[in-house]
Amino acid sequence: MSDIAASAGWWTRLANPSRFLALSNRLGPWLAGGTVLTLAVGLYLGFQAPEDYQQGSTVRIMFIHVPAAWLAMMCYTVMALSAIGSLVWRHPLADVSVRAAAPIGAVFTALALITGSLWGKPMWGTWWVWDARLTSFFVLFLMYLGLIALHRALDDPARSGRLSAILVLVGFINIPIIKFSVDWWNTLHQPASVLRVDGPTIHPSLLVPLLVMAIAFTLLFFTLHLVAMRNEILRRRVQVLRRNAARQIGESR
Amino acid sequence: MSHATYVALSYGAALLLVGGLVLAIWRDGRARRAEIAALEAQGIRRRSAGRNEGMGA
Amino acid sequence: MKALFWRDLALAGRAGGAAMLGLMFFLAVVAVIPFGVGPDLNLLGRIGPAVLWIGALLASLLGLDRLFQADREDGGLDLIVLQDFSDLVLTVLVKTAAHWVITGLPLVVAAPLLALMMNVEPLAGGAVMATLLVGTPAVALVGAAGAAIAVSLPRGGLLVSVLILPLCVPVLIFGISSARAAVTDPDPFWPPFLILSAITLVFAVIGPVAAALALRASSD
Repeated sequence: MSDIAASAGWWTRLANPSRFLALSNRLGPWLAGGTVLTLAVGLYLGFQAPEDYQQGSTVRIMFIHVPAAWLAMMCYTVMALSAIGSLVWRHPLADVSVRAAAPIGAVFTALALITGSLWGKPMWGTWWVWDARLTSFFVLFLMYLGLIALHRALDDPARSGRLSAILVLVGFINIPIIKFSVDWWNTLHQPASVLRVDGPTIHPSLLVPLLVMAIAFTLLFFTLHLVAMRNEILRRRVQVLRRNAARQIGESR
Repeated sequence: MSHATYVALSYGAALLLVGGLVLAIWRDGRARRAEIAALEAQGIRRRSAGRNEGMGA
Repeated sequence: MKALFWRDLALAGRAGGAAMLGLMFFLAVVAVIPFGVGPDLNLLGRIGPAVLWIGALLASLLGLDRLFQADREDGGLDLIVLQDFSDLVLTVLVKTAAHWVITGLPLVVAAPLLALMMNVEPLAGGAVMATLLVGTPAVALVGAAGAAIAVSLPRGGLLVSVLILPLCVPVLIFGISSARAAVTDPDPFWPPFLILSAITLVFAVIGPVAAALALRASSD
């Protein structure tokens, strides 16, 4: 029981932005340091890794492509969880979290698409194929862009949090449906031939750098998300200060 | 083009995008801090340091 | 609820413009395609079902922002939002149904006619009509959520389309593939058609609930 009470206490205490700022100030440097360290190790291991007998040196593209793709999906999951927090518990930081995550997710989705295309050119011979995975990622990218457009259109933070949370959740429910339909569409239109990349299992010499890079990217995401959340909190504070200042001027006249 | 070119292009794109993102977030943070500092210099302060202001709670 | 349905129909009928505009847009989009791809009847016949579906999708997206706009302008929206949550969801569902009858149904009726112009086989034209009949409600239902999210915004119309279009991808895929399957022999017609129906039913739950939540959130 005391466990639950303690965690609830921690949770509500975190709802206070000032405490969150203090915590993020303490946590931020550690996260950033961890990111730089794992990124360096990952890159070193990545370039030490032997070339794949089929893909040649292009296999190194995978060391950024796969983690970026993983982040693109994890970021949407983080946003969906925050959206639940925002709608159900009205946790004030959840709004901030959704808003801060969207641009980061869009950038990593774009990175996954670009590196996928750069990998596809030497492997498949074209920059873009309407392959099931590429296509669903493209749709995901569009969803991120839609969210950012909504954020830009809504400037009142109190209202915009819940509205974007609803959109995030509707999108999250839709992701499996979209994935399923794109797979269906792809098998209908294209014979699955060259596009099977998940053939043989990955050799450990490639798997280790891949995992390290995935960890590095995850840390990178949390670092950026933390700082972006901090910026968002400060932005709202500036808004409130400006409003208060305007009111004071109005009263003194 | 050789395979190495594609690898270099990929890592370049990653550097550009992630670097741009880091830079954008960092500059955003600095701009916000500067705004708060400017407001405080004008004598406009938060009435209480620990309250949930403007958080839509 | 029935009264609300008829009231919405009457209002939209009196305003007139919106329903006709959607239909005219549909006709214009389909008419423009041959200028783009050339008048080759074989090619047109092959891409016809897809063109009709995309045209209908765009036309139904464009009208969506009108769904709650009229109520917002005359203040009725504030009264609607004051109801119980379940009543609110039901109201949204009824309003969406009325909206679909005004804007979606004309598209379905016009589709076979345009199918003839696109040299689509009669059977495929019928299939397009059937899939549109089942599929366009899905667009309107999930669109209701988008319309509710954007209701308080200026320039909401374009935003609704941007927000909703990615979510409509499954509807488009299954709509077109079952319309195609009706004429290309080995592909079965029913599985994609039934999946399309299932998607419409899922959206019938998600759309109004999300729209009701969004209306609540933007009126706070």
